[in-house]
Amino acid sequence: MAMIQVKNLTRIFDVSKPWLNRVIERLPKAMLTAVSDVSFDVEERTVYSLVGESGSGKSTIGKMAVGLLKPTDGSVLINDIDLSRETDGGKLDKARSDIQMIFQDPYASLNPRWRVREIINEPVSARGGNVVGLAEKLLEQVGLSALDADKFPHEFSGGQRQRICIARALASEPKLIVCDEPTSALDVSVQAQVLNLMSDLQENLGLTYLFISHDLTVVQHISDKIGVLYLGRLVEEATPDELFENPKHPYTQMLLAAAPKMDGFGREIDPPQGEIPDPINPPTGCAFHPRCPIAAAQCSAERPEMRVVRGARVACHLAE
Amino acid sequence: MSEAVLSIRNLTVEIPTRGSILRPVDQINYDINRGEILGIVGESGAGKSMAGNAVIGLLNRPAKITGGEIWLNGTRIDQLEGEDMRRLRGKHIGMVFQDPLTSLNPLLRIGDQLTETMLEHLDISRDEARKRAAAALDEVGIPAAAQRLDSYPHEFSGGMRQRVVIALALCAEPSLIIADEPTTALDVSVQAQIIALLKRLCRDRGTAVMLITHDMGVIAETADRVAVMYAGRLAELGNVRDVVTHPEHPYTDGLMGSTPLASKGLKRLHQIPGSMPRLTAMPEGCAFHPRCEFAQDICRAEPRPKLNGGRSACHFPIQQPAEETA
Repeated sequence: MAMIQVKNLTRIFDVSKPWLNRVIERLPKAMLTAVSDVSFDVEERTVYSLVGESGSGKSTIGKMAVGLLKPTDGSVLINDIDLSRETDGGKLDKARSDIQMIFQDPYASLNPRWRVREIINEPVSARGGNVVGLAEKLLEQVGLSALDADKFPHEFSGGQRQRICIARALASEPKLIVCDEPTSALDVSVQAQVLNLMSDLQENLGLTYLFISHDLTVVQHISDKIGVLYLGRLVEEATPDELFENPKHPYTQMLLAAAPKMDGFGREIDPPQGEIPDPINPPTGCAFHPRCPIAAAQCSAERPEMRVVRGARVACHLAE
Repeated sequence: MSEAVLSIRNLTVEIPTRGSILRPVDQINYDINRGEILGIVGESGAGKSMAGNAVIGLLNRPAKITGGEIWLNGTRIDQLEGEDMRRLRGKHIGMVFQDPLTSLNPLLRIGDQLTETMLEHLDISRDEARKRAAAALDEVGIPAAAQRLDSYPHEFSGGMRQRVVIALALCAEPSLIIADEPTTALDVSVQAQIIALLKRLCRDRGTAVMLITHDMGVIAETADRVAVMYAGRLAELGNVRDVVTHPEHPYTDGLMGSTPLASKGLKRLHQIPGSMPRLTAMPEGCAFHPRCEFAQDICRAEPRPKLNGGRSACHFPIQQPAEETA
């Protein structure tokens, strides 16, 4: 049984102007479909990555997974419990204590007025747990010193703060951690330290990660399975080796070709054409068809279903 | 020094504070030739943007140039002030910043912003300027350029805005462009478009480009030569292919190794222990020695290693595998 089951997940935001403007300017309501009919499973003790460009809906899925947002349609089941529909308080409480989140900006996600000890202990003390020596133990586990527990967040560098965020996420002994761009704000050498730490913890503690990133190289390194998102839709899902060696969706192919390479000296590429379309008025059929080099008539008429193509799941009429 | 568009000699930028003097840029040297893209890499706090700002005279007080020389096309520019500096900016040096939204005036149509720059620096009529503005937008790949002249910055997407900023930097035909993290705020596919555009313009016009970025992949694909900065000092300077494939300085080696691109197939990423020293607590000798696995006593003592025309500022540069002895 998969730990996370995402089924036909959809989230629509109302981005209309205020009602008075709508009346005066005779505007219709504007609905933005951030996530559209996304389904995938995450097995226990694996790292599942969602990758996509800005506006692809990856963070919105992460927020729905931890219960920070309610889905408009579809569901997220975590160990068979739907956080947005479950009514049994005891079950909900249990499910929530198994989930933690790490955010992108380690400067904004730590309370500057709290000492590190309070920050790390809070997820446990809020549930009435025993916190004696907890912060010290966790700080050493993430590569900081037990003496750091009495300091404030401003005394740490970006990489160290992200370690504190990781320590806080580990405090309640969760099974699932949703990591939303955890290394995007960090320098490469610090990013390497944090990624190594996250891999070690995942292995030693048997954690499951839902890892959200725009950085293909990071995702390739850390994932067991990768889902590629485009305009709120899952377009391809495969293992890293399969995805990077043998991308099947034209969007994935374009993304991989455009990514800078360390051995690409003086490489002349044909840069991809166009930009991500407006999510308020997405293209009909396959969302990628206006930019797709192999689009056919069918692509603009009919939205492709996810189907299995040689070891990967692909949403494309023409992939084979 | 005649061929180089920009020559920087022993440039030092200092910030006086109550207790001490901080040196965010410490005696750096490099040249950029016509039509060449020099990549400047380093982590945050390495002084790469500070060096770029020093060239174009945009240092914020109390930071100031306290030593060294900057030469542009054979003219010394580091001592220019006020009106002379303003004439130089825009006319001879164009600048592209990281965030395209904050580098355009949101209240002016982009056509007005382009023509203003040209009327200021070139001796042409308003009509001619408008024609050239449309041509400039066309050149950077904005569709229906003549109609878009009357659009405001918010009507463009991020990638399109960055194209406008590049057109703005280029419109007075400068001989040097300083691009400070021009693609960091953009998505991968748009980044590829902007990089291709910069390369094409640089080649067609012979403009020299100083490309400041932290992304090794972008540097590898774009730059001809690369300067690696660490703690305000140049750690290594050389051809991009040599530096990326056979780094000499242990810091460059660590930096390359810690990118996931380089560690393909490895279970763990190569990591450099510790972090960059703060400007207030700069170690004696080589700034990298506390994190360096090859550090010896000589590294901890002054005088610190310098480039001196060589590739790397290191007492014990990493040898090429073929010549490896010890």
